[in-house]
Amino acid sequence: MINMHDVFNGIILILVLNVFLCIYRAVMGPKAWDRVVAINVIGTKTIVIIILLGLVFDSLYFVDVALVYALFNFMLTVALSKYIEFGTL
Amino acid sequence: MELIDFIVTALLLGGTFFFTTATLGLIRFPDLFTRLHATGKGDTLGIGLILTGLAIYLGPSPTTIKIMLILIFVLLTSPVGTHCICRAVYNQGIKPWKKGG
Repeated sequence: MINMHDVFNGIILILVLNVFLCIYRAVMGPKAWDRVVAINVIGTKTIVIIILLGLVFDSLYFVDVALVYALFNFMLTVALSKYIEFGTL
Repeated sequence: MELIDFIVTALLLGGTFFFTTATLGLIRFPDLFTRLHATGKGDTLGIGLILTGLAIYLGPSPTTIKIMLILIFVLLTSPVGTHCICRAVYNQGIKPWKKGG
């Protein structure tokens, strides 16, 4: 018998560890676009972390927060790449 | 319930494996294009596996519909974002990385 809350806690722990490894690239990245890629990856991981936290806390409203976070993540990526390409928004 | 728990755990562990692979590529690869090659595919597949597992775990409910909505949205927009960054940097005149030079 698997305790699903323990599984969710372990997955959250591994993902937070991955986020800290991505912060290394976001801080040390040689150019601006390396930081953009790192922020994009961190945002994708954050969506999953928010949904898993909602399941652990038995509060399913976290899923709405994750939906809005996905929208903001896409907007951030497109705006930053437009800034890199044209030099202005 | 036992079998569903095993399936959900396997899907979650598979998604975590792909997320870890994407992070490893982001840290270790030498160039922007190679880093995008690692993260663009690894992140999309990882979030697809994890959200599919959570949808199976929750069963038919309104929350499952929201999770499938997030899954469809991310599957549509993650490759688009990757392509946006790649095109912006390539139009700056940055050449892709080659071995030995």
